[in-house]
Amino acid sequence: MTSSPLTLHIPVPLPCRDGDFSHLHLSDAGGVDRPPVDVREDKIHSLAYRLIRVLDDEGRAVGSWSGTRSVEQLRSGLRAMLKTRAYDVRMAMMQRQRKTSFYMQCKGEEAIACAFQAALKPGDMNFPTYRQQGLLIAQDWPVVDMMCQVLSNEKDRMKGRQLPVFYSAPEAGFFSISGNLATQYVQAVGWAMASAMRGDTRVAAAWIGEGSTAENDFHAALVFASVYRPPVILNVVNNQWAISTNQSVAGGERTTFAARAHGYGIPALRVDGNDYLAVHAAALWAVERARRNLGPTLIEWVTYRMAPHSTSDDPSKYRPQGDQSTWLLGDPIERLKNHLIAIGAWSEERHIQLKVELDEEISTAAREAQSFGTLMEGAKCSPASMFEDVYKVMPRHLREQRQELGF
Amino acid sequence: MPRWTMIEAIRDALNVMMAHDDRVVVFGQDVGRFGGVFRCTDGLQGKYGASRCFDTPISESGIVGVAVGMGAYGLRPVAEIQFADYMYPAYDQIVSEAARLRFRSAGEFSAPLVVRMPCGGGIFGAQTHSQSPEALFTHVAGLKTVIPSNPHDAKGLLIAAIEDDDPVIFLEPKRIYNGPFDGHHDRPVVPWSTHELSETPEGYYTVPLGEAAVRREGADVTILAYGTMVHVAEAACHLVGIDAEIIDLRTLVPLDLETVVRSVSKTGRCVIVHEATRTSGFGAELAAQIQEHCFYHLETPIVRVTGWDTPYPHAQEWDYFPGPDRVGRALTRLMEA
Repeated sequence: MTSSPLTLHIPVPLPCRDGDFSHLHLSDAGGVDRPPVDVREDKIHSLAYRLIRVLDDEGRAVGSWSGTRSVEQLRSGLRAMLKTRAYDVRMAMMQRQRKTSFYMQCKGEEAIACAFQAALKPGDMNFPTYRQQGLLIAQDWPVVDMMCQVLSNEKDRMKGRQLPVFYSAPEAGFFSISGNLATQYVQAVGWAMASAMRGDTRVAAAWIGEGSTAENDFHAALVFASVYRPPVILNVVNNQWAISTNQSVAGGERTTFAARAHGYGIPALRVDGNDYLAVHAAALWAVERARRNLGPTLIEWVTYRMAPHSTSDDPSKYRPQGDQSTWLLGDPIERLKNHLIAIGAWSEERHIQLKVELDEEISTAAREAQSFGTLMEGAKCSPASMFEDVYKVMPRHLREQRQELGF
Repeated sequence: MPRWTMIEAIRDALNVMMAHDDRVVVFGQDVGRFGGVFRCTDGLQGKYGASRCFDTPISESGIVGVAVGMGAYGLRPVAEIQFADYMYPAYDQIVSEAARLRFRSAGEFSAPLVVRMPCGGGIFGAQTHSQSPEALFTHVAGLKTVIPSNPHDAKGLLIAAIEDDDPVIFLEPKRIYNGPFDGHHDRPVVPWSTHELSETPEGYYTVPLGEAAVRREGADVTILAYGTMVHVAEAACHLVGIDAEIIDLRTLVPLDLETVVRSVSKTGRCVIVHEATRTSGFGAELAAQIQEHCFYHLETPIVRVTGWDTPYPHAQEWDYFPGPDRVGRALTRLMEA
């Protein structure tokens, strides 16, 4: 018996196929029913393969996941998303003006962080990646403080130690961003375990991109979450692109990222991440499960990275032409705006006016932040400060090295 | 004062701290119900409950990863890696996360945690149960690295490590868990009860991190050692009859440089002994420090007696292990130089 030669399957970016987004497994808005939060995990396996959506193409909120936000709260959500985008635009521009070394936008993904934050309570802890600035902006964290971090100036609370956008804000439930991918996923599980061990009521939220689910720590996190059932929400932001590699290279070709939870017995949802209402409703469902001691939930947020990976990246080198224009889930800001207009709670004029106001607010903040220095000029933390915080108390060898540097 | 093995002393340190501070939690593979493959956590789950001492999945990065999260929350996790040889999957969590969290967040977050791991050979463990990876930790800014050589120190150092606000790697030389092994593998096993440093005070006490101990005062040569090698060094001195000063470093980072410099400046000669492989081992750091600080006091070159730069073998264990004969020969050579 003869055998033909074997061949190796190398995934190609799926959207290359003439705007074929069939891998998104789109469901109609309102087409996926909301189960009770204490549902058995094995009863909702289908939710990992469908897509929870609330907003339909006419901007109406439909189905059993709708109705978790008041009109005023939705306007506030729209404002948070617009402010996040205005912030990103300004900071990317400042990088181009060489006021800092690097920047990462979250354009197109604003609904996920902004709506998720609205489902949390003070004291809960996010373990974010570098594209969740909306978690801070949605709770009106001062953007001047964020800008000072990006500019590594003398008011940077990280004392100029971290790459731009690697914020830390304990008071805002925002854990220090590592930059090593996936490492914090399992730490969020540990934090949530600690909360349960202490009889606390606080919950943790882990964040990861679909590309980084290939890392060992993603699987370690799911094992520990499965074994100890701590109050943690395991967020997977599937923005289709891990720098230049499409989600198919991370294992998204054969199954969904949400479905990975099934092997661990963890309930999983797959949600339209560009639908502010769906994001909030799904986040609320998972947070309530966690708070009621029902254990972890994994949520795949399906979205699209409209921006380059970072300011050091050029997507035209790898992203298919028309990939973005044929993207089916639209722009989260436009979709919420259209909904608010459809229900008579918003208008084009008010929208334009709000954008102008936010641009002005961001410009004012940027001027203030720059008055404290930028990476390239003005004040920054003393070089002596880099010897601090390595240990709680500076040991002798670091004191000597600081002296050797001249301080 | 009770005489304890190192296992009993370590167990009691955990016991004392779990009673003293309800934020102290102990976990790792087989540590809960069974009490650890070396019995270091025996009885703790029964006494303090399964949420204070529990078994984990076989996932070293998971064990240290959740420990970082727990430490950041405000607990005092003491994680066990079953063998230091298995810590490599956790290395990213130790190096990139635990060690740098305080620095990168400018003190806003920190992860006080202890990672215990049995290390070293001499038990026919071959290359997967014998390694001494201390230099992989001493090279990392933000970590403290501790290796006790006896029950008294093991308990006091472990309590100090648990109370420390920085991440501490606590290496336990498994060959001396049950007795002060001096490298004479062909002689009967000596129990800890015959050794004065098995006298371990009841209750709470600390041996401060960063302080070395002079185990034997001497005039001719300084031997720098830690863990099992302290006992090997003592045996080597007996063997060749040289009046060596033996320093047990106890903590590698932060290093008690003062004690080292004082001794080498006095004797003018130095032998460094460790079980780990030689190239880029901690001995290289010690040699560099000594030449920087004691160069004009040195009468001979600094000598290292170490494991060979090979993986740890099984059948050839005693050819690999830097025993009293090899250390003795180095001492003799140095005194003749």
